[in-house]
Amino acid sequence: MARFVVAKVGEIPRGEQKVVRVKGREILLLNVDDEYAALLNRCPHEGAKLLCGARVGLLESDEPGRFSYTRQGEFLRCPWHGWEFEIRTGQSWCDPKDTRIKNYDVKIEPGESLAKGPYVAESFPVHVEDSYIVIYL
Amino acid sequence: MDAGIHSIDCDIHPSIPGTKALMPYLEEHWRDHLSFRGIDDVELTYNAYRNPFSCRPDWRPPSGKPGGDPSQVLEQALDAFGASIGILNPLWGGPVVYADDMAFALCHAANDWIAATWLDRDPRLRASMLVPFESPELAAEEIEHRARDPRFVQVLLLAMTEAPLGRRHYWPIYRAAARAGLPIAIHAGTGYRNPPTGIGWPSTYVEDYAAQTGGFQTQVLSLMTEGVLTKFPELKVVLVESGVAWLTSFLWRLNKTWRGVRIEVPWIKEAPAEILRRSLRMTIQPLNAPKGEEQVRRMLDHIGGDHMLLFSTDYPHWHFDGGDAMPPGLPAALHRKIRLDNPLETYSRLTETLQ
Amino acid sequence: MSDTAKREVAVASAQKLGLFDADIHPVPKSGTEIRSYLAPDWHGHFDHYREFQRKPFANANSYPRAVRALSRRDSWPPGGGLPGSDLEFMREQHLDPYNIECGVLQVLDPVGNKLRHPGFAAAMCSAINDWQALAWAEPEPRLKGSIIVPQEDTRAAIREIERLGRSPLFRQIMISPRSEEPLGRPRYWPIYEAAEALGISVTLHVGGENGFPVTPAGHPSFFFEQRESHVPAAEAVLTSLILEGVIERFPRLRVITVEAGGIGWVPALSWRLDHCWERMGGEIPQVRKPPSSYLRSNFWFSSQPIDEPEKPEHLREVFDWVGWDRILFATDYPHWDFDDPKYAVKFAMTPAEQQMFFRDNARTAFGLQ
Repeated sequence: MARFVVAKVGEIPRGEQKVVRVKGREILLLNVDDEYAALLNRCPHEGAKLLCGARVGLLESDEPGRFSYTRQGEFLRCPWHGWEFEIRTGQSWCDPKDTRIKNYDVKIEPGESLAKGPYVAESFPVHVEDSYIVIYL
Repeated sequence: MDAGIHSIDCDIHPSIPGTKALMPYLEEHWRDHLSFRGIDDVELTYNAYRNPFSCRPDWRPPSGKPGGDPSQVLEQALDAFGASIGILNPLWGGPVVYADDMAFALCHAANDWIAATWLDRDPRLRASMLVPFESPELAAEEIEHRARDPRFVQVLLLAMTEAPLGRRHYWPIYRAAARAGLPIAIHAGTGYRNPPTGIGWPSTYVEDYAAQTGGFQTQVLSLMTEGVLTKFPELKVVLVESGVAWLTSFLWRLNKTWRGVRIEVPWIKEAPAEILRRSLRMTIQPLNAPKGEEQVRRMLDHIGGDHMLLFSTDYPHWHFDGGDAMPPGLPAALHRKIRLDNPLETYSRLTETLQ
Repeated sequence: MSDTAKREVAVASAQKLGLFDADIHPVPKSGTEIRSYLAPDWHGHFDHYREFQRKPFANANSYPRAVRALSRRDSWPPGGGLPGSDLEFMREQHLDPYNIECGVLQVLDPVGNKLRHPGFAAAMCSAINDWQALAWAEPEPRLKGSIIVPQEDTRAAIREIERLGRSPLFRQIMISPRSEEPLGRPRYWPIYEAAEALGISVTLHVGGENGFPVTPAGHPSFFFEQRESHVPAAEAVLTSLILEGVIERFPRLRVITVEAGGIGWVPALSWRLDHCWERMGGEIPQVRKPPSSYLRSNFWFSSQPIDEPEKPEHLREVFDWVGWDRILFATDYPHWDFDDPKYAVKFAMTPAEQQMFFRDNARTAFGLQ
């Protein structure tokens, strides 16, 4: 499994996301409370690009008329049909068993350890004093 | 289980002859009131009994309403089809009279009359109770009272109502039914509180009849989205004379739409099709199915639940001719389930009263 | 070959095919763009009374939609304006990448035919039609307009049909299925007579508010329910058209349902209507054949939002039941429940089936061959 350095820590603010390209794939890199998730930028339902999806929380209810809204920003709602996906797992909230966005291992690694290689960083230099977001693919 | 029980007919229509027959069961002020104002009957326009569809030709009595003579009904609906038990669903206007108190009085009296005139006459008979459902508190009162008679096995509602049945003001009905362990039956029909279609008033009876599926879809979806089926998970909803085939794509659409608009109804936590397959039951006349066993098998496969189907003749309505009430094409392997196992599973009261 | 692989093959040939999209929604660049197409006599009305319809909210639908502007979140033009308001962006995001050979404009906004004032309704319909021609169909020959008519005022509707029915910029007459009366009733027959005479189709795109509750059991609570109510409404319209004898009277009429909850309901409707006709045909002697046969000869059904059964092959069986020659592909661009031609159908089609579904059936239905 190769390491791909795709962004510098701090580059994607909390609650935001950007698309990176790794081996021809469009991957959506999302910052959830300064943890990162990497999802294929493609909804498993009809193929919408997820970059435009809304970052939302989880609305639940114990009984009709009662609402509980938690985990703000931890879900992505597809820009087309509005299906909700849990960002950390890529799973569909309504159909977690059979519907999920392909996800990738992602880690934060210090430039110091990356400097030992091997890694792939096509678009920018890696400095030992910074930390980087790395996708394993 | 009683070895003698082999077939349960879940939809037989006795007719209520009019208010005169109910007088012994009404309070004095209602007797005078109805008589003084000439309120002799409130037959549903929807149940127009002169319509050829409302009675199979060989079952039509020489005069009057079909289904009016208990001995004829026992012979033609029970004996002829070998039914061990028959559930009576009286279709009548009492429940949809606008004045709440009168609706309540008429339903109460009609239930008393059904018990005395029909249920007392033959131990094979059971009945659905009439309730003034547009006045849910009064309906709940009647349910609590009537549930003491175990021969009343469910609460009868109509497919077209003033508001969709899931809305919260109807909930006293479900609370009372659930407490008594009674299913809710929704029968085709309307008191015309709204046009029978979302596009207004059609010209003909046949269009109103065809449009009933729209009413059923509305009620089922409302009971689901508003959370009745999750708040009262034991509550069974029996769709009577609804047709069956429409359920196929209805379930698919609900699953799909739910995924996109779940935030409107976050109390719905599993796929609508799963909730509905658990809660819904449907009588088999009419099936409204394609022709041929292979085609019927496909349709049933799309619905995904043989356990939902309940045997019915829909006597005296004219869906079929001859002596076989099973719609053509229903696989023989399912017959016992439809005739017996499913009804017994749906109506716990049947098992109780048989022991 | 796996299902996925088959789908990839299907995608490849569908892409080459050149698609016919039966449902594209344009909107004006601003709330007042349409005013410049409106006859000056009606400008005052436009300025002061243009929201006056049979519904509770002036600036929202009775059942507020699932998402803002009912649209895909990626369809907002980068240069500003509402989704569907920028022709150049529509080309770039939709017409070019999907290789759309022909797209039919279905105008839901601005509203013309649902305005309560008859004169203003007629004037707005004309303005909307001129806008479709000049802002869309003339500059972009792949797009075809729909003649919006003040359908409750049949004489005015006929004037509009006569004015535009021979223009190559328009392919069809668009009628809201949520009319004041079921559309088979005699007051609407002149519209069908005109459509048949001109050889143009009638499409019934869901939507519009007629002041009746959307269900026969009154007003439901949720958009979820309002959306589902399109199916019984479509069933009631088709029932009315067939049982009132409209098809018997106008046997060359072509009617297309658009966005009526997919196609899964069509077989059950046809079985039920046949059963009703067998028993109660005496009430409707004008109907000389089983209702299902009219559904097979004069009606077409657009696929979006496509049915998604738990088992994808069940949808193939639905296609078999409805008839492969009756079903038209549509995307509903730019709306949120968009169907992507590459992924919407989850079972494998043969190339011949694809050709019918994605292109040829629509050519027939819209009278292009």
